[in-house]
Amino acid sequence: MDTVTDRIAHVRELLALATGDEKHEESSTSTLDVTWVLYDEVLRVDPANPMWEERDRFILSKGHGPAAYYSILAAQGFFPESWLPGFLTWGNALGSHPDRLQVPGVEASTGSLGHGLPMAVGVALALRAKGQTERRAVVLCGDAELNEGTNWEAILLAPHLKLSNLTLLVIDNHSSSIPMGPWEPRLGSFGWDVVVVDGHDQDQLYDALSSRSHERPNAVIADIPEGEW
Amino acid sequence: MVSDMRTQLARTATDLLEHDPNVAVVLAEISVDRFERAIAIAPDRVINVGIMEQTLVGVAAGFAMEGFHTIAHTMAPFLVERPFEQVKLDFGYQGLAGTLASVGAPYDYGTEGGTHHSPGDVGVVLTVPGTDVLVPGCAAELDRLLREAYADDRLTYLRASVAQNDVAFEVARGRLEVVRRGTRATVVVVGPLLSRTLTASEGLDVSVLYTPSVAPFDSSGLAAVAGPDPLVISVEPFYEGTLLPSLADALRHVPSRFATVGVPRRFITTYGTVEEHDRELGMDVAGIRRRLVAALEPG
Repeated sequence: MDTVTDRIAHVRELLALATGDEKHEESSTSTLDVTWVLYDEVLRVDPANPMWEERDRFILSKGHGPAAYYSILAAQGFFPESWLPGFLTWGNALGSHPDRLQVPGVEASTGSLGHGLPMAVGVALALRAKGQTERRAVVLCGDAELNEGTNWEAILLAPHLKLSNLTLLVIDNHSSSIPMGPWEPRLGSFGWDVVVVDGHDQDQLYDALSSRSHERPNAVIADIPEGEW
Repeated sequence: MVSDMRTQLARTATDLLEHDPNVAVVLAEISVDRFERAIAIAPDRVINVGIMEQTLVGVAAGFAMEGFHTIAHTMAPFLVERPFEQVKLDFGYQGLAGTLASVGAPYDYGTEGGTHHSPGDVGVVLTVPGTDVLVPGCAAELDRLLREAYADDRLTYLRASVAQNDVAFEVARGRLEVVRRGTRATVVVVGPLLSRTLTASEGLDVSVLYTPSVAPFDSSGLAAVAGPDPLVISVEPFYEGTLLPSLADALRHVPSRFATVGVPRRFITTYGTVEEHDRELGMDVAGIRRRLVAALEPG
């Protein structure tokens, strides 16, 4: 398979292999494009060496709907595609929320909402302390996940610490009962560099995710129209 | 060596930080003044997150994910009770090492009221599988135990308190010290209650064992001293009975009786000094003696 279109079509085929009541279909589908762009074009990772010290770090904070995440990790070669039919079944590593101790390429065990962003702040600080100034920490949160107060602690803290190596990626599929936007003034007032893009437009996602402020933490809002996945 | 545990905590942590670039300290406003030298030495590795305790633990876990041994520090109720899920998941479930170092338990901030007390801290942490719980009896023991926690790189709850013993032991994780031999009962004392328990038990025919190591607990050490038909009395600087599962497990092969002397399981609604709270709660010398004698009475 040579083209991006073919490769993401293959990921969609892989996604179909992962089935189950707790698949969180909407959540998986809404993260598919953005996670694909990250792993295929933006993040510096080595599937043959998932713990490569010079890698970028990605944390799927919301944990929900990891089938797309697993499919992309498999397509990239972090683990065999043959693992996917075992999704949610006894004795297999691929659960409804990812486990860093069981799945190659998974940086954090998540699922309880509101944990990933504070941890990503710590990861970004650690990268800076190690002198890895070009490496970055990217954390994906859902819009409803941002109801959790822990996120707002971290949203307050990251600009104070000038963590320009941190990117908060929000999948805004309008699942929050409390509308979370408008994003630019809300996050911008805390000191974040904010851009809102179409969550299914891979070109827009690439542009937003591949460039970053070198003064402030970055927020990329991937908008999924209400009612769509 | 300094005289108080809190200052010793900062000094030992600073020394570790100075000698190992893979040590980080995360604070939440508490004790920042004691870490001024550490901040000057390694500003990128000593982070004061402000008053956000869930993020304190989350950030510490993030450092740990990158291979740092992180010492996260604030007051006990805000280190392990308020952000309990971060302790449980970010550290415990993820299999990460680090030291959660508290001050203030069980009621060192005696004038602050129940919001600042934490007699339940040790019980809470013990629900996180694989976590070491260390309650030093004095500053020298805290120094030794913090260095051991760092060297072993395990998830450790290290509890510093105002109360201290008169003597320091060469303590180690998972080890009981036999301080006194007797025949009627075995008294197991944790952390800073040893000196007052030795005074309280004068004239009583009891063995006194001492440990700062709640978990891992020295089961074989207790079994060796307790004998075939033991009465074991714990003296614990946290909610009474917290140690009981460890005692029962250690003596599971022999018929045993147990009694506990600890902080009564009720909310503390009084304001005053630590000493006044000790007296009110039966944790001073007179109170401990009264409770020991009661435990020794037949039937």
